[in-house]
Amino acid sequence: MKDIVLKALYTLISLFVITNYGLLLVGTMARVRAKVQGRIGQPVWQPYIDILKNNFKRTGIFHGVMFYLGPVFRLAGGLGTYLFIPAVFGSVVFVNFSFSGDLLLVMYFIFFGQLGMALGAGRGGHPYSPIGVARGLAQMTAFEVPFALSVIAIAAQYHTLSITELVAVQQGGVLNWIVFTNPLATIAAMISFLGMSMGNPFSVVIAPQEIPIGPPTEMQSSFLGMLQTNRAIFNAAKLVLFMNLYFGGATSIWMMIIKTFIIYLYTVVVGASFPRFRTDQAIRFFLGIPTLIGIAAVVLQMI
Amino acid sequence: MSENKTQIDEIANQMKLANDGLTDQDKAYFCDTRPHAVEPYRGILEKFANWARSQSLWILGYGTGCGAIELRPLMTSRYDMYRYGIQPRPTPRQSCVFVIGGYASVKTTKRIVRSYEQMQGPKFVLGLGSCTVNGGMYWDSYNTINRLDHYIPVDVYIAGCMPRPEALLAGFNTLKGIIREGKAEGMNKYIENFDWYKANQKKIIKDWNMPDYNW
Repeated sequence: MKDIVLKALYTLISLFVITNYGLLLVGTMARVRAKVQGRIGQPVWQPYIDILKNNFKRTGIFHGVMFYLGPVFRLAGGLGTYLFIPAVFGSVVFVNFSFSGDLLLVMYFIFFGQLGMALGAGRGGHPYSPIGVARGLAQMTAFEVPFALSVIAIAAQYHTLSITELVAVQQGGVLNWIVFTNPLATIAAMISFLGMSMGNPFSVVIAPQEIPIGPPTEMQSSFLGMLQTNRAIFNAAKLVLFMNLYFGGATSIWMMIIKTFIIYLYTVVVGASFPRFRTDQAIRFFLGIPTLIGIAAVVLQMI
Repeated sequence: MSENKTQIDEIANQMKLANDGLTDQDKAYFCDTRPHAVEPYRGILEKFANWARSQSLWILGYGTGCGAIELRPLMTSRYDMYRYGIQPRPTPRQSCVFVIGGYASVKTTKRIVRSYEQMQGPKFVLGLGSCTVNGGMYWDSYNTINRLDHYIPVDVYIAGCMPRPEALLAGFNTLKGIIREGKAEGMNKYIENFDWYKANQKKIIKDWNMPDYNW
């Protein structure tokens, strides 16, 4: 009983840290983007104020039970992704529930939130929501191909799908990191990560003004506040996942922060440098060279 | 007993909106409940909420007149509205500030009303340019409205033709002050005087083919 209470406490601490880290990261990167554009940019704490403001809205429009459940599923997807990844290798608090789930479960959770959101957004009745969802899912399916091939390659290389074990084999020196032991798999996954983080050049699916804002078109007030909170958690969870898979994981919270910050900075730099793809172009892109690199990574493991 | 029930039904019907502009078929798709005012929180909680509201102003990205051109430079590096917590949003559901950019033709006013009602409260309106104050150079036009606040409540007016982006930023700062003081209760004002606003709107919008309140 004591163990369960302790584990629950550790989980809450872990979630608290990752939520705040995720929100500050979103704020910091918005500022980095502003600097690139020659602006000062929003305060780093702006995401907190936006979430507070949305939760303090006095009215909200209700579209049925499924509309409520959409953001809940999305949040469950974000929490699920994070809670089955060890954020800090060897830490008691930040190991989360990585012992009870593996990489396939985490990949499922990455998709799960979007599917839940699709149900909720469809219930909102706004014609732009399903279009946004369809475009989001299409792009998601496309970038999952190189990512899945990359995961197959590293799973074949180390004969495991457990994230903790994958982190364990990378310990003992920089050259043990998968980025050096399997560069092709890493390249395929990092290109796929650009799509996964939905920044430029793959941001059309959530771009304001085009199909107005995509799936959350009809989401407002506290529904939107929930989605924004989830975006921070989900973002941080994906960064932690990629750090664990390809960059040797982290043995302390500071190492985790440095590594994930650099991985996120990479997506922001790419986003600030390249124009956007349309959704159909993005799908063709992911199914082209990144997929071939992924296949090459798998084939190399088979030889 | 049955008399009481009839009276209750009558009162209930009075509380509902007629939605006369809609066809019988369309009526089923729209809500006919009257909007109701929402009391602010009390004390420090409302002050804190107002502070958050004032620091996060999301503009509805809908340019309603020539003045909308003044909104674009605000996003650029020269004016950079993001540092004040102001940013555009593409959907009325998520935005809280509606900038009426100059003159509003009758046709546009219909869309303004629709968009304003779809925004979730508390919501604020900035009237940009002299045309929103008294019609400006269009004061005797057959096709534009003269006083914006006869149709929707306005929190801040920015006079000029055209006001520059600096004036718009000054207007936003005034709005922030009003919000923090707890005086930006435009939405409750709209609902409390709902029948007056509706009568004014219907007086000029002849092809009223939308519900009486756009939930």
